[in-house]
Amino acid sequence: MIRFQNVFKRYPERGEALSAIDFEIQTGEMVFLTGHSGAGKSTLLRLIGLLERPSRGQVLVNGRNLGTLPRREIPQHRRQVGMIFQDHRLLPDRTIFDNVALPLVVTGVHPKEIGRRVRAALDQVGLLKRERATPMALSGGEQQRVGIARALVGRPPVLLADEPTGNLDPDLSREIFELFERFKYVGVTLLIATHDFSLVSDLRHRTLTLDEGRLTRDTGAW
Amino acid sequence: MARRVHPRPPRASRIRTPRFLERPGIWFNQHLQTLIETLGRLRANPVPSTMTVAVIGISLALPAALYVLSENLRAMAGGWDQTAAISLFLDLEIDDRKAADLAERLRAWEEVARVNLITRDQALAEFRDLGGFEDALDKITKNPLPNVLAVYPTPEHAEPERLAAVQERLLDLPEADFARMDTLWLQRLQAILDLVQVVALLLGGLLGIGVLLIVGNTIRLEILNRRIEIEIMELVGATAAFIRRPFLYTGAWYGLLGGLTAWFLVTLAILVLQGYVSRLASLYHSEFRLAGLGFVDTGSMLGAGMLLGLIGSRLAVNHHLQGAKPA
Repeated sequence: MIRFQNVFKRYPERGEALSAIDFEIQTGEMVFLTGHSGAGKSTLLRLIGLLERPSRGQVLVNGRNLGTLPRREIPQHRRQVGMIFQDHRLLPDRTIFDNVALPLVVTGVHPKEIGRRVRAALDQVGLLKRERATPMALSGGEQQRVGIARALVGRPPVLLADEPTGNLDPDLSREIFELFERFKYVGVTLLIATHDFSLVSDLRHRTLTLDEGRLTRDTGAW
Repeated sequence: MARRVHPRPPRASRIRTPRFLERPGIWFNQHLQTLIETLGRLRANPVPSTMTVAVIGISLALPAALYVLSENLRAMAGGWDQTAAISLFLDLEIDDRKAADLAERLRAWEEVARVNLITRDQALAEFRDLGGFEDALDKITKNPLPNVLAVYPTPEHAEPERLAAVQERLLDLPEADFARMDTLWLQRLQAILDLVQVVALLLGGLLGIGVLLIVGNTIRLEILNRRIEIEIMELVGATAAFIRRPFLYTGAWYGLLGGLTAWFLVTLAILVLQGYVSRLASLYHSEFRLAGLGFVDTGSMLGAGMLLGLIGSRLAVNHHLQGAKPA
């Protein structure tokens, strides 16, 4: 589902962020991406979401080479990849419902269907009763779950999460990871960047480790 | 989080791109939604929106008012006979018969197309009808007016210099007292009206550019204010067209509302002036009334406003919305 072939990413101001990255993730795999901050985890995710292009090498998602994807097809690609951010990236002046509905609104889904699917997604993250609230009224963990609901409402085959539990206490973190595991069982491919090493070792999923832009460890599938 | 609801398997078919036949409906729906949403946004920020609309309205009202003014002057001037060229006033001792003979002689001139004799009695009657002088006329026992020949030149002799030559020749006649060129002031008025219209056009052009800049700048600020929202929409797969759309609609709304404001201002000005103009016209025994903006004029003003708004926002959008990154 996701394949990196000798990928390099160099920033003019920071130098090499990723060097010679090679790996492949199968459909329905749940993979952790670990490493210290600054190791290149976010950069790697950004390449998959096509927020950036590699300096060298190729990134393939669902058989498509992102390097040759024309600009006008970027929106189509992003609809296939749900992204969850550490800082949630919610719209503060919109309700939870509207935030979660955004991916469907931009796709032109019928309003009736939007209501149905948004509530289904909110139900999955346990926030059905908060749909009329604004993000500011929610706790950090709840906001993170809104971000997750937004990422999965379009039912993308790929979910990327960048430090989804960065600001959460261990119990909440565990709940979120359990939620991710449920998606894995229904065939979603997940790539989760985290530096929560204890949780990673507890949960026993394939883990890729980055160190200063290089892939230093790949545990392989469990 | 206590509930364990199993999410549905996300097969490719579930991320359904709309079927071909559904697309026009979705397209229409999205546009309608944007149309209403953008108007709602303007209403949600009434003070800045009203200010922008007012500036656009005044910018459009100025050239529109000049246009209305020149159209009215034209209509007023059109009431006079523009072909009357030279009024030849004859000496007081020239009686009706002699005047008729002279008219006959003038008709033979090659410069002259036709000649009308206005006898002194006709002139007096006309004068009486014109109004304002009844009392004075009643006190006069003897008709003080001379016989007048209205001399109409052929088209070749109608332009000012050649007309002046005809006037000279008429004045050389022994029966002539003096000759007045009636068309000259009409030509001058015509030239002034042309000037007013060109000024209206130039002013319209300049203020039109002003409207473009105002709308462009307003939309630019709006884009900057909604930077985060735009970024997030791009992240979840919004197309460039989808992101542009609300800004274009907002620009069109500004233009349309500005056009309506301009219509309102011009109409209000006419209503205020109507009373004064009617009073002035009645002093001249005239039924003249100010004409406002007609149906076509109003339509083109609203259309122009909307178009300017659309172009202005388009410029801002092209400049400040680069579309999804990376290029």
